[in-house]
Amino acid sequence: MISFSEIASSVHQWLNSHLSPAWVLTVEMVIVGVAAIALFALLGLVLVIMERKVAAYMQIRLGPNRVGPKGMLQSTADTVKLLVKEGITPAGADKFMFNLAPFIAMITAMLLLAPLGFAKDFQIWDLNIGVLYVTAVSSLSVIAILMAGWSSNNKYSLLGAMRSGAQIVSYELSAGLAIMTIVVLTGSLQLSEIVESQRNGWWIFKGHLPALIAFVIFIIAVTAETNRAPFDLAEAESELTAGFHTEYSGMKFALFFLAEYINVFTVCAIGATLFLGGWMPFHIGNWEGFNHVMDYIPSSIWFFGKTFFLIFVIMWFRWTFPRLRIDQLLDLEWKYLLPISMFNIILVTVIAIYHLHG
Amino acid sequence: MYSTTEHIGVNELGDMIINVGPQHPATHGVLHLVITLNGETVKKVEPHLGYIHRSIEKMCESLSYRQFIYSTSRMDYLSSHINNHGCALAVEKGLQVEIPARAEVIRVLMGELTRVASHILWWGALAMDIGAFTPFFHAFREREMINEIMEETCGARLTMNYMVPGGVMFDLHPNFHKRVKALLQQFKDKLDEYDELVTYNTIFINRTKGVGFISAEDAISYGMSGPSARASGVSCDIRKIYPYGMYDKVQFDEVLLQEGDTYARYLVRMQEIRQSLSIIEQLIDNIPEGDFQAKTKAVLKLPKGEYYSRVETARGEFGVYIVSEGGMTPYRIKFRSPGFSNLSALDHMTRGSKIGDLVATMGSLDLVIPDIDR
Repeated sequence: MISFSEIASSVHQWLNSHLSPAWVLTVEMVIVGVAAIALFALLGLVLVIMERKVAAYMQIRLGPNRVGPKGMLQSTADTVKLLVKEGITPAGADKFMFNLAPFIAMITAMLLLAPLGFAKDFQIWDLNIGVLYVTAVSSLSVIAILMAGWSSNNKYSLLGAMRSGAQIVSYELSAGLAIMTIVVLTGSLQLSEIVESQRNGWWIFKGHLPALIAFVIFIIAVTAETNRAPFDLAEAESELTAGFHTEYSGMKFALFFLAEYINVFTVCAIGATLFLGGWMPFHIGNWEGFNHVMDYIPSSIWFFGKTFFLIFVIMWFRWTFPRLRIDQLLDLEWKYLLPISMFNIILVTVIAIYHLHG
Repeated sequence: MYSTTEHIGVNELGDMIINVGPQHPATHGVLHLVITLNGETVKKVEPHLGYIHRSIEKMCESLSYRQFIYSTSRMDYLSSHINNHGCALAVEKGLQVEIPARAEVIRVLMGELTRVASHILWWGALAMDIGAFTPFFHAFREREMINEIMEETCGARLTMNYMVPGGVMFDLHPNFHKRVKALLQQFKDKLDEYDELVTYNTIFINRTKGVGFISAEDAISYGMSGPSARASGVSCDIRKIYPYGMYDKVQFDEVLLQEGDTYARYLVRMQEIRQSLSIIEQLIDNIPEGDFQAKTKAVLKLPKGEYYSRVETARGEFGVYIVSEGGMTPYRIKFRSPGFSNLSALDHMTRGSKIGDLVATMGSLDLVIPDIDR
């Protein structure tokens, strides 16, 4: 099978044989930059059309079906529309912060893509504290939302931003503790090692009860962290019109929109990596034949399949559940999820000490 | 450019003042609420009306007794049949005409279909206020069936203008019976689905139970009526207390709950859908043959005097008060709309609750703004 590292090294050799080392570095930088932005934009477009199709399916309607085959180019057309639209800065807004906020939202979303292992041997930045990096960078996204809400000079935006601040800070604890469960089981913060540790079974299967509890808590917490329904209080439509991005239009709005979807992708990818084995194929014990067949499916398909399954689950939440109230949202975290997570981490530590996991 | 006070919009006590509406997703129309907030907590709600005032009552003074009924379809556009019914009853009181039995049955059938359509739409809209989008589309699927029935028989889908003094405008469409039967079957299957999707949802129950409480005494003193008052235990169903049309000859229960919160208002309306469907079920096979309209004069003139009639719309008690000087047009007309009194209780119901509760409570009152602001 063709591996990504082979392609990368052949490109590197080809460039070296034609160009001077300084130019090779420049060209490689450009390639990586373009590839990252292209992946970012493509993911956004795919996720937006997916959300609309999932919503349409749940709501017994057709969804976009005019632009392109089965409406698949609808989000591209929307992006072009947003690109040429005027970006209005409201009078009385803090112009610098107002214009900076969408970029911070996008940059944090992009930074989170760096340590993900998309396929076997395909990881942009395999850093040894990958999990810590993910939790640290993902908490930066709240700054963008608070900035946007505060600088808009709009009371709805302000309320939305304040809600979002309270929400993200609270749910980060549970998400962090859920991630810690897997770190305790693996004994490593490096994402590639976490994937490697699941070669003989995914953590959700071999991690006993704690891994299962951690997985459920992780899914709830990241839904809240990405401001998705039923925890979409920051942009609660019927209460705060559009919450923190009420005053944004054109491409500045699109950046927030895109950042939200990239965040959804990232957290689902992290969930797939930690609990569902990342790009590891599905293996059952010593069923040699079955395991061989599974190995033939490319690792990137395993990774994206798991990630998109989790994304579908999160979209499913959005189109089924009503929204929580702000005090109920905080109750859920501080009174239920956090105590359970803490108990869970003690339980998993005991399991890890006595080597009860596979 | 901006003073500090204007910039953050605070009053002298330091509370934030926020304008919900006249263009806002939660108000379902051009209602304007000025809300005084302390953080997320609502301190005061002040409804401002007048954005959609069309002076329908004044307009009616220059319209004949046949014509003015049509303008009432534009008030509570979700129960226009029942509005028209109330007006027709008031005019018939003055004319002293006998309504054919067939017309009476058709009127009740149409009224109950309207009530079901209105409650179904409200169900979707409340779910949307609370943050669930999907129920809205499911609600529209069933409402579309009712709209098609209306379209066939009355010629219009929303402002039907079907009731005339002395009966109804046209006879029933040949497909009416078949379509209503299909509708009843559809509801039998789907009402349980509604319950699964919303009624028993834990988040929904948490969002509505104990929210927007109003006691029976307060409901009476604010003049609340309809399902919103019945959820507080106030028996106020005009169909039971002052039966009109066929309502004294059909079997149905007045749904009464004592809790007085948003969830109770929700349950009352869901029960009322079932009651309305049972009324339709009783009548659909027993539509008597005969005329659909009594013979009336070409130009209607009411004898000098005052006439009042009341009907139970999907939102509550709708009253029509006509003062006649004996001419071709009414001297003065006054409508008593249920939404206005129900809205006036909003401040009392939501003080001290969160913004999310305000939206849920407002949704549970089933406000139709053109009905409040005529």
